[in-house]
Amino acid sequence: MSNHAEELALHPGEIAKPNTGWIWKTFWILVGITALEFAIAFSMTSPGLRTLRNSIFIIMTILKAFFIVGEFMHLKHEAKSLIWTILIPTALLVWLVVALVTEGSYVGEALSHMFSN
Amino acid sequence: MAHSTTLQPTAAPAAYADAPRTGTWDGGNEPFKASYGKLMMWFFLLSDTFTFGAFLTAYGLIRHKHGVYEGTAKAFHFSSAYWPTPEKVFNAFPGLHGMDLPLAFVALMTMILIFSSVTMVLAVEAGHRMDKADVQKWLLWTILFGTMFLSSQAWEWSHFIGGHEEGTRMADGTIMYGANLAANQYGPPLFADLFFFITGFHGTHVFSGVALLVWCFIATTNGTFEKRGHYEMIEKIGLYWHFVDLVWVFVFTFFYLV
Repeated sequence: MSNHAEELALHPGEIAKPNTGWIWKTFWILVGITALEFAIAFSMTSPGLRTLRNSIFIIMTILKAFFIVGEFMHLKHEAKSLIWTILIPTALLVWLVVALVTEGSYVGEALSHMFSN
Repeated sequence: MAHSTTLQPTAAPAAYADAPRTGTWDGGNEPFKASYGKLMMWFFLLSDTFTFGAFLTAYGLIRHKHGVYEGTAKAFHFSSAYWPTPEKVFNAFPGLHGMDLPLAFVALMTMILIFSSVTMVLAVEAGHRMDKADVQKWLLWTILFGTMFLSSQAWEWSHFIGGHEEGTRMADGTIMYGANLAANQYGPPLFADLFFFITGFHGTHVFSGVALLVWCFIATTNGTFEKRGHYEMIEKIGLYWHFVDLVWVFVFTFFYLV
């Protein structure tokens, strides 16, 4: 809310000057992270580094999500209760994804054993 | 019944019956400090997160169920025995036929969507300042980038469905080109199914967003929000638009990068 506090001091009919510095800062952070992701996608191609590479991608994705939700969607500046209302169910969802991805590996393993024996 | 009066917290005298009640249990305090509309948009977006979360969960499980390609990138060929490497599937660019440009087009799409997110916040910021002309300008830019993204996705889909020139020899000996819901030349049938469902669902969201933005632009031009005294509608639709961008960030990582 601090981004548009100065409008109170204006005369009626007058329009405040845009305050867009923080928007462009967030934009460059998002572009920077995306560029870094591409650099990693093309430089870390060895199959042995797959786990490390994917972990970096996931961390960067969460970082980008933090900037989009926190700054662009303004959640960082909302009431604590609203922040937790959104974050806790989402955290449970992340747990579900992790649990079923692990489960997927076991399903694949079980199926390959079923046909190889 | 005499005792029950103690359970009524703010039994106002008759003279004040019309005045709004402001006690804690009368809805007088706002724990979230957000307007009704914005709060409901947040709850809708949370439910939409579950929708896309379900897609992501299904995708994760199915992908890990299938084998991983273990060879070198150079020797890679399409096969339904393992999940395809995304760089080998998505390597075309409009107008540059036959060139191997891995992920170049999806990089462009990502940039378009990030740009549209920025112009959207700029529209919201202009709304806070009650600057009608600026709101119109930034809404138009957002509509433009949204439409560009949708057109790019249409091209991406048609190329994915049409397929690469060489095709892939399937188990029954025929050569398969492109993709449909039953079979595809890139890998296991579920690879194309998930591509269609996840990017299709996301694209539908972008389309709804563009439709809402067009409506917002018309309402802004007609002075609806100016008369109302605030541009909160732009803020609420902005939340939706950023959410769509957010979903793309995840689709991009899990479908194209990993």
